Amino acid sequence: MPDAIAQSREAAETIARRSYGKLIAFLAARTGNVAEAEDTLSDAFAAALVDWPVKGVPQSPEAWLITVARRKGIDAARRRRSAEYAADSVSLITQELQDLAVTVLDDTQIPDERLALMFACAHPAIDAGLRAPLILQTVLGFDAATVASAFLISPTTMGQRLVRAKAKIKQAGIPFRVPERNELGGRLAAVLEAIYAIFAEGWSDPAGTETRRRNLAEEGIWLGRLVVTLLPEEPEALGLLALILHAEARRGARRDAQGEYVPLADQNPASWDHAMIEEAEALLSRASQFGAIGRYQLEAAIQSAHVVRRRTGQSDWTAIEKLYGALAALTHSPVVAINRAVAVAETRGPAAGLDLLDSVAADARLNDYQPYWAARAKLLTQAGDLAAAENAYDRAIGLEADPAVRRFLQHRRAALRQSAS
Amino acid sequence: MKYMLLIYGNEANAQAASKADIDQMLAAYGAYTEALKKAGVIVDGNRLQRSTSATTVRTTGGKTNVLDGPYAETKEQLGGYYIIDVPDLDAALSWAARCPGASHGVMEVRPVWAM
Repeated sequence: MPDAIAQSREAAETIARRSYGKLIAFLAARTGNVAEAEDTLSDAFAAALVDWPVKGVPQSPEAWLITVARRKGIDAARRRRSAEYAADSVSLITQELQDLAVTVLDDTQIPDERLALMFACAHPAIDAGLRAPLILQTVLGFDAATVASAFLISPTTMGQRLVRAKAKIKQAGIPFRVPERNELGGRLAAVLEAIYAIFAEGWSDPAGTETRRRNLAEEGIWLGRLVVTLLPEEPEALGLLALILHAEARRGARRDAQGEYVPLADQNPASWDHAMIEEAEALLSRASQFGAIGRYQLEAAIQSAHVVRRRTGQSDWTAIEKLYGALAALTHSPVVAINRAVAVAETRGPAAGLDLLDSVAADARLNDYQPYWAARAKLLTQAGDLAAAENAYDRAIGLEADPAVRRFLQHRRAALRQSAS
Repeated sequence: MKYMLLIYGNEANAQAASKADIDQMLAAYGAYTEALKKAGVIVDGNRLQRSTSATTVRTTGGKTNVLDGPYAETKEQLGGYYIIDVPDLDAALSWAARCPGASHGVMEVRPVWAM
């Protein structure tokens, strides 16, 4: 018996990890009610943990969960109806009939409607800052606390905002479908931004020790692939997938055998995932054929200019500088300006790079932004201003949360004094 | 789903409009209403008299207060509405965008509480 319980729990956990969003999308697309889909699916999982240890894990566990969740949804609708008898019961009955008409017999019959769910979550009628959190919760099943920590918002506030957003989807009648071609552009940008946020959250665990985060990066790639499959002629969707594959290809190379941080410039190209890089390059070249440049294509092209090192032995800094210039003009982001300064230092020397850094230094947000201080320290070192470099390293070290990166910066700072003496 | 499209506009501007502008506007609303009818989505719709004709009523503690004027004195006032029955918010938003009110004022799209 303990074995059966453990087995059932494991089966349920595997399904939750793999198919949570698919089940939510299927349930919510038919009722327009994400919150109810979450509640009934969670009830269905609870029922599974009681039922499966006794009767065994069903042949089609996802179909089992959907059937149980839909039954719970219908029960809830019945309760609502008897509670508000005066309410228009016709629409509820119609909905029930529609629900019953869709009978899922096995897992292979469950259509994947995660993209439609994503478009509902990233609808312009939803507050822009809530779209990625909403996708994380509904498609990937994150609880509000985890979503909150990813977006630096208090869990209570995030919880309330997510509840309100889901209520809006239901009450305002936001549809679950992929928009028509003529309205796709702006709608897609919101979806891509959310996917990128999901991938970035997963990529930020360089040691790959946290399974949850590694899965997030995989989910981000999966969502990126899904969008490209369903919308094969959207250059920015192709660009985003190319970008995240490039990043993922170098995941492991960011740490050496001792777990120490290895910056991109010191990574051994042999440790990169070449198949993934090739796929990214092919996607980017496909994207470029549409002649509609965008943020993600530019960022992917920058990655591409870095990995030419596989063949030429060095990054194509001239191309990188130009691409960052184009990206800066497009985004006006201080973060892009920092990377551009580093590229300029490579092509025109550290003084030119430092000038560029100075031009964004007034942005108060950069005061506690580690990459700004790390870039500054690097360029000051190259320029030979070791005292100022030491100060900049201190700021960067004080702002870094990752112990391995902190150690790396400390080594660089110590090397400074050795080379000076 | 039923949605109410609330048309807000600047009454002073409407007041100052020329006869030709007003004729053109009325024709545009006429064509829009016709399009809603042809699409079979219109439930109801009306133009309202100016907000200076509004009277506000509030009952507190059994005592009824009647005041001259609209609920809120804002530059843009509710000037009319449509109620339409369409499948979802996207359809409602697309109709709202085509209403002449969207280009000379602002449209608010509100789902009707289904009872």
